[in-house]
Formats: sequence, C-alpha cells, structure tokens
Amino acid sequence: MSSALQGEAAPDFELVTADRRRIALRDLRGAPVILAFYPADWSPVCGDQMGLYNEVLPEFERYGARLLGISVDGIWCHRAFAENRKLRFPLLADFEPKGAVAKRYGVYREQDGTTERALFVIDADGIIRWRYVSPIDVNPGADGILEALDALTAEAAT
Amino acid sequence: MSKARVPRLTVPVSDHDHTSGAAAAPVTLVEYGDYECPHCGRAFPIVQEVRRRLGDRLRFVFRNFPLSQIHEHAEHAAEVAEAAAAQGKFWPMHDWLFRHQDTLDDDALLAGAREVGLDVERVRRELVEGTHRARVRDDFMSGIKSGVNGTPTFYINGVRHDADFDIATLLAAIEQAGLAQATR
Repeated sequence: MSSALQGEAAPDFELVTADRRRIALRDLRGAPVILAFYPADWSPVCGDQMGLYNEVLPEFERYGARLLGISVDGIWCHRAFAENRKLRFPLLADFEPKGAVAKRYGVYREQDGTTERALFVIDADGIIRWRYVSPIDVNPGADGILEALDALTAEAAT
Repeated sequence: MSKARVPRLTVPVSDHDHTSGAAAAPVTLVEYGDYECPHCGRAFPIVQEVRRRLGDRLRFVFRNFPLSQIHEHAEHAAEVAEAAAAQGKFWPMHDWLFRHQDTLDDDALLAGAREVGLDVERVRRELVEGTHRARVRDDFMSGIKSGVNGTPTFYINGVRHDADFDIATLLAAIEQAGLAQATR
C-alpha cells in the first residue's frame, strides 16, 4: 500500500463521475485540487461533510480550486445522493476495482471496505501539499482545507 | 497518521455578537445554527433549559450558519433575525423562528416579525435589499474557519463540542469547562 505523503506527487487516477464523465487527475493540472475521500453516501445529518463542502464551494472557487468527492459507492448511488443534496461538484466512484484509488493514497480501510475520511490538497503542479486523515466518525469541516489553500496562495505571492 | 485537529473558535465573542446572559459568566456557549435545520430545532429547547438551569453562570451566543443549498428558507430566516436585532429584538425573533420551523417562507417570516412587534415594512425592505446578507455571511465564514462541521455546532469556552447535545452531556461539558476556568 503506498502512502501519498505531503510533498509527494499525487498518484494519478481516472474515475467516473455520477453523470458518467471520466475525470483524470492529470487533466486538472494548473489549479489546486481538493480530494475529499469519505466513507459512504447518505450520512444521516444536516450538513454532513459533502453537504457542508457544497455550501463552502464558492470559497474554494475563489482559490481556483476544484473539489472532488470520492467514495467506494457506485455511480447510481452517487447520482441519487448528489441529486438529493443538490451537490454542485463531482462525486467519483472508486468502485471497480473497489477502493483502488484510495489504496494508492493509503486511505483504504480493509476492515470496513470503505475509504478513510481523508483530505488532500494538491497544488497546480500535482504535488500533495496537505493531507489529513480524520477520525472516521468526525466530520473534519472545511477549515483545514482553507488554511492549506491560503498557504498555497501566500507562497505563490512571495 | 495525521494529528487530530482540535477546532477552536477563530473569531472571539464580541459586542458584535448576539449574546444572552452575564458577560462575566465563567462559561460561554456558542451555537452555530440554521433556523430551518431540524437538529437545531431539537437543540432549541435543550439550550433553553441549559440557560434556565445555569442562569448567570452561562453566557449564550448564537451565530448564523444557514445551509442554504439544502434549506431554501434558512438564509432569509437568518436575515430576518438580524433585521430584528437591528430593532433590538433579536432573541424574541430567534425564539419565534425555532418555534415555527415548518413554515419559514417570506410571508411567514414577515408574519412572525409582526408577531414579535417589529416594524414589518423595514424588515421587508431590508430583506429585499439584502441589508443583513453580509453579516450572515460573516457569521458563516467565521464558522467555517472555526471548523463548524454541520448544524448545530457548539463551542464551549472556544473549543468545539463534538459529543452529543442532549441535556446531560451538554450540562456536564459546561460544568467541566467552568471548573477548568475556575482553577486557572
């Protein structure tokens, strides 16, 4: 299992979204990318992690950042979930082979068959600049992502 | 493995906030909430009871965190609460909103404003002009930067309360924070 640590090149992948588009990480160079691995669609609370990020999306966009949600759910599940929560960013299905991308990022939970609740901020050159694995039952919020994006911007300005 | 983050309030409580209870209280409870969120509705009577039991030992602060993508009336409800604050009646409006969560369309909001005794024309104008939109947004962003991860999210003396918000758990956490404060 590889680890995808801070400072390393983000492992490339190509996955299908809920609306059957293919998104390849390599095609997103030139702007920051936020990868949000989460255990499963349909968490039962208001403003669960993906719902929260949907609200914060305009802030992420101010940094020119692209947000991608990733779980092992299939595209039909993703589609129903995204429609129900009115999500305006892509959900990627790490479905077949199950969890293959999560494994390359070192955030697959063999015992549960899901991914960790893990965040990666990748810079415009494809380097992982921040990574955070949250306790599985704690929604990590968006503050860490914004701090990481701030740091990237500050660096670019100097 | 990453170190677990302990989210803290990044914008301290100030005169800018809607507060209730003694400023010198040993414990300050901050809630980031959404008037249309059913979980916040469930928390409302609990917070009322906690405030009643602790009296002067607790200061309570409410900040807006409308999840407007899933709750279509939440943004306007928050703006009406701010419009009420501009007329010195934040708390009556706040309470009204949580007691009428099921009907929060604009007509209902204005009816509520009338019931609370506000200048309704002024509220209507401020809603249309978005007078309080920036304030609501500021609250929302302060929440995001403090690690708000859903609604309601509570902070006790500036530290995010990740446990349940049933009355026993919340009271115990507050008492503990009060003791920690006293032994400093």
